[in-house]
Amino acid sequence: MTTHFFDDTAVLLGRSLRHIARSLDTIITTAIMPIGFMLLFVYVFGGAINSGSDSYVSYLLPGILLITIASGISYTAYRLFLDMKNGIFERFQSMPIARSSVLWAHVLTSLVANLTSLVVVVLVALLMGFRSGAGVLAWLAVAGILILFTLALTWLAVIPGLTAKTVDGASAFSYPLIFLPFISSAFVPTATMPGPVRAFAENQPVTSIVNAIRDLLTQQPVSGDIWVALAWCVGILVVAYAFAMATYRRKIS
Amino acid sequence: MSAAIHVKGLEKSYKKLEVLRGVDFDVERGSIFALLGSNGAGKTTVVRILSTLLKADAGTATVNGFDVSAEAADVRNSISLTGQFAAVDEILSGRENLVLVAQLRHLKNPRAIADGLLERFSLTDAASRKVAEYSGGMRRRLDIAMSLIGNPPLIFLDEPTTGLDPQARIEVWQAIKELAENGTTVLLTTQYLDEAEQLADRIAILHDGRIIVNGTLAELKRLLPPAEVEYVEKQPTLEDVFLAIVGHNGTDSTPAKTPMSAKTTMSEKITISAQKTKEQR
Repeated sequence: MTTHFFDDTAVLLGRSLRHIARSLDTIITTAIMPIGFMLLFVYVFGGAINSGSDSYVSYLLPGILLITIASGISYTAYRLFLDMKNGIFERFQSMPIARSSVLWAHVLTSLVANLTSLVVVVLVALLMGFRSGAGVLAWLAVAGILILFTLALTWLAVIPGLTAKTVDGASAFSYPLIFLPFISSAFVPTATMPGPVRAFAENQPVTSIVNAIRDLLTQQPVSGDIWVALAWCVGILVVAYAFAMATYRRKIS
Repeated sequence: MSAAIHVKGLEKSYKKLEVLRGVDFDVERGSIFALLGSNGAGKTTVVRILSTLLKADAGTATVNGFDVSAEAADVRNSISLTGQFAAVDEILSGRENLVLVAQLRHLKNPRAIADGLLERFSLTDAASRKVAEYSGGMRRRLDIAMSLIGNPPLIFLDEPTTGLDPQARIEVWQAIKELAENGTTVLLTTQYLDEAEQLADRIAILHDGRIIVNGTLAELKRLLPPAEVEYVEKQPTLEDVFLAIVGHNGTDSTPAKTPMSAKTTMSEKITISAQKTKEQR
């Protein structure tokens, strides 16, 4: 049946993309919270924050992008949960299709939806004065990191999507992920934080990812952060994928 | 030719709860077989095992000659499942739902297939409307139409009329009868006795994890003492009244021809239940 894997995934991807196209509000609501944070931090708190950079929007943007992804993947869990709940998942599983294509279609949809939300957020940032002189390669590297991070969190989202008992349960897992950038270098330099908080902030994944993206966008020489960032993304991706697949196999027995 | 479905010694427990404790039955090709039981009797568990969604703890089951655990892919190629809740995509239109399934079954001309089924199930007018706006009966008809794509030789219908109004129920019955006339084997689960009476060639009663009775309607009736002639005042049932007043030909429904037979079974049932009470005494 694997011969049909790509055909089936494409058909099911088309289905989910249609869902998104018909409920564009999910893209908007995904983007609204990060945009709200961006407005709040730039125009309310920003004046009092000494980030050590000329443009606070530019300083802030990498963290905001990660928050966008963290809030976007809760819709992935939600969509998967709905398919489980209303029986269409079982209908697909009882059909002669490549079974894992059902999951892959959701994962790819998550990627498309999140990238769209990211573009919306970047456009708003441009209106707010974000500028970058980064070249094509640097932008590609940024896109690569964001895609990797989206995939990692998406596979994480698959787990509650498959196992949740209620809609709230399916999406609530993303709250701590949205919060994580606040205790990182995303909004303020970690140097001002008290010891234990600083230790946490400097050693959690968001800081290295934010620093790597920030360096790329501000044309700084890329430090070792990018390797740490990649290691985090790939590490989370592999572990989340393994757990998601195990959950999936248990689910369809 | 072997039976369309052959089930032997099927067992399944969820943790400590034994749902199936040795289920045996066979379903002949081209027949309608009803699995009757109260809520929680394990009907859905049987259907899920036969449609390869669940693994049995013990026993064997073959569907269309294929073993459900060893040849699951072949089984999935032979069947179609219509689950307990209409498994349709609400955000897509009726036509898009049908096209989707046709594409997943790798058929040529998915659009033509969809149009044919829309016509057959009187959904042409609603074809491009979102399924979220469909009535319960229309949803069920679409659900069954989706199951027919690719003409699988076997169809599982898990409580196809639960939650439907009387008209929609008759529409669905009509659709099921047509299926069997065209040679499809139908395994139907239901908790409605009249549904089994109306449709099934054979009826099996699942109770406490086992099939306790299995036979044709006539055979099952013979289990009770011969009918006594009783004079029962034949009032129209509320269903008869409802259908007579409302009429069967709603704008989106197929013409139904069942009120007469519905009446006969109703009166038969009254007699049977009268016998039952006598026996208990």
